[in-house]
Amino acid sequence: MKAADFAYRRPADLAGALAILSAEEGDIAPLAGGQSLMPMMNFRIAQPTMLLDLADVAELRGVTAGPDGLRIGAMTRYVQLAADPLVTQGAPLIGLALPHIAHAAIRNRGTIGGSVALADPAAEMPALLLAMAARIELVSLSGRRVVAADDFFLGLYETARAPDELVAAIHIPADASRRRVGFYELARRHGDYAMAGVALTAGGATGQPLASPRIAFFGLSDRAVRATGAEAALKDAQPAGDTLGAAVDSLSALPINGDLHAPPDVKLKLAGVVLRRALAGM
Amino acid sequence: MPETRDITLTVNGETVTATVPVRLNLVDFLRNSLGLTGSHVGCEHGVCGACTLDVDGATTRGCLMLAVQADGCTITTVEGLPAHGMAGALRAAFTERNALQCGFCTPGMLASALEYIGAGGAADRTAIREHLSGNYCRCTGYQSIVDAVCDVIEGRARA
Repeated sequence: MKAADFAYRRPADLAGALAILSAEEGDIAPLAGGQSLMPMMNFRIAQPTMLLDLADVAELRGVTAGPDGLRIGAMTRYVQLAADPLVTQGAPLIGLALPHIAHAAIRNRGTIGGSVALADPAAEMPALLLAMAARIELVSLSGRRVVAADDFFLGLYETARAPDELVAAIHIPADASRRRVGFYELARRHGDYAMAGVALTAGGATGQPLASPRIAFFGLSDRAVRATGAEAALKDAQPAGDTLGAAVDSLSALPINGDLHAPPDVKLKLAGVVLRRALAGM
Repeated sequence: MPETRDITLTVNGETVTATVPVRLNLVDFLRNSLGLTGSHVGCEHGVCGACTLDVDGATTRGCLMLAVQADGCTITTVEGLPAHGMAGALRAAFTERNALQCGFCTPGMLASALEYIGAGGAADRTAIREHLSGNYCRCTGYQSIVDAVCDVIEGRARA
């Protein structure tokens, strides 16, 4: 199908974009890469009254590294993340997961901020941010605020972003560059949305017990979810034997929804599979 | 009345100026307004890859980009691929290897394969399949398409 009609605005800078968001009535959808929003509009799942194209907003682009970690501009495209050593070294989990995020042509336009703002339950990026304890910087005419990933993803396509705010940047903590990382997803075709996937980080050296593990699943629930039961089971432990079994068993407490690909019991089974495989690589 | 915008872009080397409804997809603009029907419309949600074309040197889904977003861009469709060089060699290899039957996927497949080859991709069948994973082909089973890409990379195909 084709998208329903909408008004289109393409402001030249951030001030212009925020002014439109603040002043205009109706359902305004900020347009970043459009690689998830456009399909939803073509299906008419989304029918915004206005598209606010952020293509010219230079303030939303670019990656900088500082003592507190990385600041990744919201309009940074996946293809740029993959090519930027600041990202692949400062956030190795992103580097590990990127080849699994959609297909090359999608990665050429899709952006980190767009994925985060849309909060598709099957998208990888929200889970990566949860696993890295990343923070999301929001900007509006009233100023800026920073929200922890744990407090940002609230439900199906629902986030802590207010209608007059834009996702300005993603902040990756400095310790993300040193933590061990794991990632695994099961999809019917490489690059498709996963039936189940997991992203995790942990302290400690390879082969040592997992210090303060953070484990986040995607494709299971109405949003990316932390698996706090599995984190508790694996904390300061070797991911093997009964400990690993207990971590997998704890996944039954997760809120799991079925979809076209698999009912909830299959998804639960696959969640255990991806957790075991992701840990095997750490 | 649907909202419209004036856009100017370069398509296959020619400057094009047009007034487009803002809701018009790039691929529909190319097909219906410019008559460039080589880029195909399949799923209209970015999954099948049949509308894949080159925008400013990067493969892009023509169904997931609006014509109005292409203002100022440089676009190459299958009609604009040169007969010589890498693109010519790839087309020759597709013919030689029977890498198409119905041909519906071919324009998108060529765009994706050219991006892989142009980036210095290796003649590694797994890597090629991963790069082409966003392009569905319902005829060939992909084997002959991967053969054709390998032929170009390994210098067996000539335009």
